[in-house]
Amino acid sequence: MSSPATTVPVADALPAVKMDRLPLLLVPVLALVALPLTGSFSTWVTLTFAGLAMGMIIFIIASGLTLVFGLMDVLNFGHGVFITLGAFLATTVLGSMSAWTESESLIRNLGAIFPAILVAMVVAGIVGLAYERVIIRPVYGQPLKQILITMGGMIVGEELIKVVWGPESVPLPLPAAFRGSLLFGEAAVEKYRIAAVVVGLAVFAILYWVLSRTKVGLLIRAGVHDREMVESMGYRIKRLFIGVFVAGSALAGLGGVLWGLYQQGVTPQIGSQVNVLLFIVIIIGGLGSVGGCFLGALLVGLMANYTGFLAPKVALFSNILLMVLVLVWRPRGLYPVVNR
Amino acid sequence: MILKSLFSGDMPRSRVLTVLLLLILAGLLLTPFVFPGAKSINVAAKICIFIVLVSSFDLVLGYTGIVSFAHTMFFGIGAYGVAIALTHMGPTWGAVAAGVAVALVLSLVLSLVIGLFSLRVKAMFYAMITLAVATAFMTLASQLSDLTGGEDGLSFKVPTILQPSFSLREAPFLGVSLDGKLISFYLLMAVTIVLFLVMLRIVNSPFGRVLQAIRENEFRAEALGYRTVVYRTVSNVLSALFATLAGCLLAMWLRYNGPDTSLSFEIMIDILLMVVIGGMGTMYGSVVGATLFLVAQNYLQDLMKLGSTAASGVPFLRNLLAPDRWMLWLGLLFILSVYKFPTGIVGKLRARLRSAT
Repeated sequence: MSSPATTVPVADALPAVKMDRLPLLLVPVLALVALPLTGSFSTWVTLTFAGLAMGMIIFIIASGLTLVFGLMDVLNFGHGVFITLGAFLATTVLGSMSAWTESESLIRNLGAIFPAILVAMVVAGIVGLAYERVIIRPVYGQPLKQILITMGGMIVGEELIKVVWGPESVPLPLPAAFRGSLLFGEAAVEKYRIAAVVVGLAVFAILYWVLSRTKVGLLIRAGVHDREMVESMGYRIKRLFIGVFVAGSALAGLGGVLWGLYQQGVTPQIGSQVNVLLFIVIIIGGLGSVGGCFLGALLVGLMANYTGFLAPKVALFSNILLMVLVLVWRPRGLYPVVNR
Repeated sequence: MILKSLFSGDMPRSRVLTVLLLLILAGLLLTPFVFPGAKSINVAAKICIFIVLVSSFDLVLGYTGIVSFAHTMFFGIGAYGVAIALTHMGPTWGAVAAGVAVALVLSLVLSLVIGLFSLRVKAMFYAMITLAVATAFMTLASQLSDLTGGEDGLSFKVPTILQPSFSLREAPFLGVSLDGKLISFYLLMAVTIVLFLVMLRIVNSPFGRVLQAIRENEFRAEALGYRTVVYRTVSNVLSALFATLAGCLLAMWLRYNGPDTSLSFEIMIDILLMVVIGGMGTMYGSVVGATLFLVAQNYLQDLMKLGSTAASGVPFLRNLLAPDRWMLWLGLLFILSVYKFPTGIVGKLRARLRSAT
């Protein structure tokens, strides 16, 4: 009875999804376009590396936001609070270990930074858990209320941070071994940016590994793709979401430490100030996509550094300009998540 | 009957609310006489300006269900329009008219473009896009220092009759000198009342009903044959125009404008707090919200100073009650509003009446 049509080869029945590689070219293309404009090769190396480092930090703070959005359709306008929190915790921890941070030894510096990052991530994660329970839980599926309530979360969070650490800006000096630059030929590369790139790559590698090689990652990706399907297969996506939310808050805490060190100072407003930047990055990447977020962050970082050098007045618009250009090319971002 | 048509049939519908509104009106009207001093008249003027601004925001947020973070952009356009015109054309009424007209046209075009391009997308996406646009606009305003005075802003003179040095008659009336400041204040009040009544008329017109239908269920409104994108865009444009007029009023009153006075994101958050606490989707909520917020901003701090001194022995509590932390308490009130009484103070007062009868 079987007709010829049912005997298709297995490989045809489930064709492999072709990886969309075009957006990956954007980063090298942007860098190559900038090369003749900057004039000298060594300046270009310096700018490119600085841009990549900035992009890595932006990626770390934005990754949690985009995952949460992809999985639960919740856009957390209060994400910045976790960044501020992480940065202020770093000032407290590093401030109390000044003997270690002022030491020239890299080991002792790391011995100060490591606990600072750990504290920032753990506390931000715990606060994130409470935040999800109290603030977000009651408003799933109500976009209007979500926007309002997470804005409220940001206002209150920022004020509470002022209650604990005061409204003034707090300096966050780099540990001694991370100050200054290394010279590669003519090009100067700041030591701290190298560290930021290392951390950024590590975070990306871990996220990539978790998402593509573990079962949890499989479920998260499936949830981002089609939440109802995962639910109907019996997985409790809300529990998964809480895990992602806590991880995202912890990453924001880590990003806050890196961002605070990058700015060498922390104000209670840094979180709400980067909010716009984060939204631009995840819009460029395609809402909900981690790979897109990574690309978007690198592009924004590079663009900011090139334009900052070439045309400082344009620099303030560069990220919005980039967003408009990307949206003209791909109206739903570089890697749009299906079904949205 | 006249009263009813003046209020477009949308009466306060609660005795407490009516009394509250009358108190606010009387308070504002009598401010120069009852609470003499520069601070109180400034607060009263700001309340008037924000009543217009917050009502216009309520038109999109409360009545149409759109979250836009670009509202202060239109406020700023109005303020800069008047400021730039008066700076370059001298203190004449012609300059005021030109400034207002140019600002209105610019707001109309901008809001139309933003609306048509992005109102089709989801609520969150729209919120994000408007946030980016507003940020870009603020950067632009502080960069074009030749035109806008950059970060320093613009100080300018207003037409003679509104200048503080102008005097209507030598002798003070009831202890208050009849100067240009007083004239500006009452002019401001009159414009506020007119604009508020016009907005009340809009939301209670058939057009306003369609907006509410879209807010409640966009899909159903579309199915009924209304082109929702058109309605949402028109609502967005109208709201932008009223915000622009509020901006013009602000510039006329302050005789100064800069990025922080009319464009900053803090103002956007303030408006959001006023709308939600006062009551979304009830024009009267804007009056209550704006008054409560500005009175709190200017006078709650004194109260908190008392609390802070009383708790000076307790380190953490002392910081919680510090006068500068007043936003914390309003923020909490905001969150509670969104959860517990989404129609804000006004909705709560009206609901009480309904359950009583």
